[in-house]
Amino acid sequence: MKLLKTKNRKSGGDRVLHAVFHIIMIILALSCVYPFLVIIGTSFATQEAIINSGYKMIPTEASLEAYRSILHNPRQLADAYGVTIFTTVVQTLGGLALTSTYGYVLSRKDYPYRRVLSFYMFFTMLFNGGLVPTYILISKWLGLQNSIWALIIPGMCGAWNIMLMKGFFQSIPSALIESAKIDGAGEFKIFLSIVMPLSKPAFATLGLLMVLTGWNGWYHSLLYITDQNKVQLQYLLMVIMRNIEFLKSAEGQQITNVNVEREVASQAVRMAMCVLATGPILCVFPFFQKYFSKGLTVGSVKG
Amino acid sequence: MSAKKTTKKAEAPLSQSSRASRFKKSLPLTIMALPAFLYIFIFNYIPLYGLVLPFKDYKPRLGFLGSKWIGFKNFEFLLNNEQLIHAVKNTLMYNVVFIILGTAISVFVALMLYEMSRTSVKIYQTAIFVPHYISWVIAAYVFMVFLDMDYGILNKIITSLGGDAVLWYNNPKYWPVILTIAHIWKGFGYSAVIYYSALMGLDESLFEAAELDGAGKLKQMWYISLPGIRNMIIMLFIMHIGKIFNADFGMFYNISLNSPLLYKTTDVIDTYIYRTLIELGDVGLSSSVSMLQAVLGFILVITTNTIVNKIDSDSALY
Repeated sequence: MKLLKTKNRKSGGDRVLHAVFHIIMIILALSCVYPFLVIIGTSFATQEAIINSGYKMIPTEASLEAYRSILHNPRQLADAYGVTIFTTVVQTLGGLALTSTYGYVLSRKDYPYRRVLSFYMFFTMLFNGGLVPTYILISKWLGLQNSIWALIIPGMCGAWNIMLMKGFFQSIPSALIESAKIDGAGEFKIFLSIVMPLSKPAFATLGLLMVLTGWNGWYHSLLYITDQNKVQLQYLLMVIMRNIEFLKSAEGQQITNVNVEREVASQAVRMAMCVLATGPILCVFPFFQKYFSKGLTVGSVKG
Repeated sequence: MSAKKTTKKAEAPLSQSSRASRFKKSLPLTIMALPAFLYIFIFNYIPLYGLVLPFKDYKPRLGFLGSKWIGFKNFEFLLNNEQLIHAVKNTLMYNVVFIILGTAISVFVALMLYEMSRTSVKIYQTAIFVPHYISWVIAAYVFMVFLDMDYGILNKIITSLGGDAVLWYNNPKYWPVILTIAHIWKGFGYSAVIYYSALMGLDESLFEAAELDGAGKLKQMWYISLPGIRNMIIMLFIMHIGKIFNADFGMFYNISLNSPLLYKTTDVIDTYIYRTLIELGDVGLSSSVSMLQAVLGFILVITTNTIVNKIDSDSALY
């Protein structure tokens, strides 16, 4: 508000400065958005257009060929979509259940083992075993190699999210909980029918963060999955990209005799795949931006 | 540590029976915390066996307990391992550049946003947040749009100006710059918003007073805004230093397409561990590097946090 007021009595020098700031910000903003427009544009381009003028925001010649060929043989994409949706939903629900219960217990000042449990959780932020023991644990000991659960369970619950939840719960007045107790409500009932309804924004914020993580997941597919119909969307995109790069590389050329036309056609196809995979996130998430900025400002809660 | 000690002190005067009744009374809450407690135990505490794993000659067939103890044998060749030394050097250098440039750019963007109206901030913020929502896999597509040898935007510009197409993905010398741009591109929006929200908390009367004294915007930014968030900048800076041995695996692995031609400048500790474990199957080597990384990281986090605690205990992790 202050800014609006002061703007009227800006000096000339400040006005120039303001213009410079806007120019810089426009360049930065474009650098963040423009590449995606090029990806979308290329997904609608014909082979000739790509050969002649490369990747472009507005293709010199447009066609729906790329999308048609994906929809003609949609199994791979449909499988990956299915895996991604399933893992994201289960991971988010499970993650919310685990982080909210633990975070709630930590937020209760009258819980006697609060400090022990708090340290127990906090220690994991300072120290972890690293990739190798975790990999052996999940793939060998728990036997999750090539199981869809290897995409869901690791990363479901982390100390940082628990801290966020706890921070939210701490803002609930303890008098509410006390009076419910006097009315004879049990702890589970208090949590389900008083605390949870009051914490809808917390669940929304954390849930959105978890959905984003789940949707963008590829790392666990890389580590644990060899079965091509059980991989996540992002991993599938990675494989597609690598395959084409391999075919184009010197080594690839020796092994396979690549049909140049098919290879170029696949440029548009891979951009179309990219659009279909990122589209949902980029269309939906800007509307929830306020939750994300809220999520990062509560980070200062500790204890 | 301190948490444990205080609970012990509080417990001491309690008799056996009151301790039991306290346990009983809090049982429902304990049960509520149990699922996450077990989860953390399995996925965060069991992997701590990784601390002793490098001292064993691990054979999957024999299992962890059945494998033989071999002392420091796994560590013997670490110092002569040229690839590893390269990876460590790269990790440190990239992190130093990322911390300095990343902080400078995010703070600068936050300062600029602070001088703008709410509507402009909203529009710019939406745009610079876009890279934050995507995975490194998609970011790799974005970079390929520019760097592709045949159809990329950069090579199209270079050839149209009469130059020769550059083989970006074959030559390691370009990658320090490319990876630095990638890191900043994906992260600056998010950190700028953090600094921006800190700026929003500054006392407005300071700016009004400065304006009455005839200070221009640039002066206000330099003498009021920047010192106002100085502590936060220092805090985040130190916290990043605590993670200087950790690299973002997703970025280095995806943006460089994990191309062996580029390892000289794109290989970092995390990609090195991944490669030795998954692609070479060398548990001894990868687990010893992984353990050293974890221990060094732990020491650094503790040290930096102690420093942060001294400067401003509110910003410390614990």
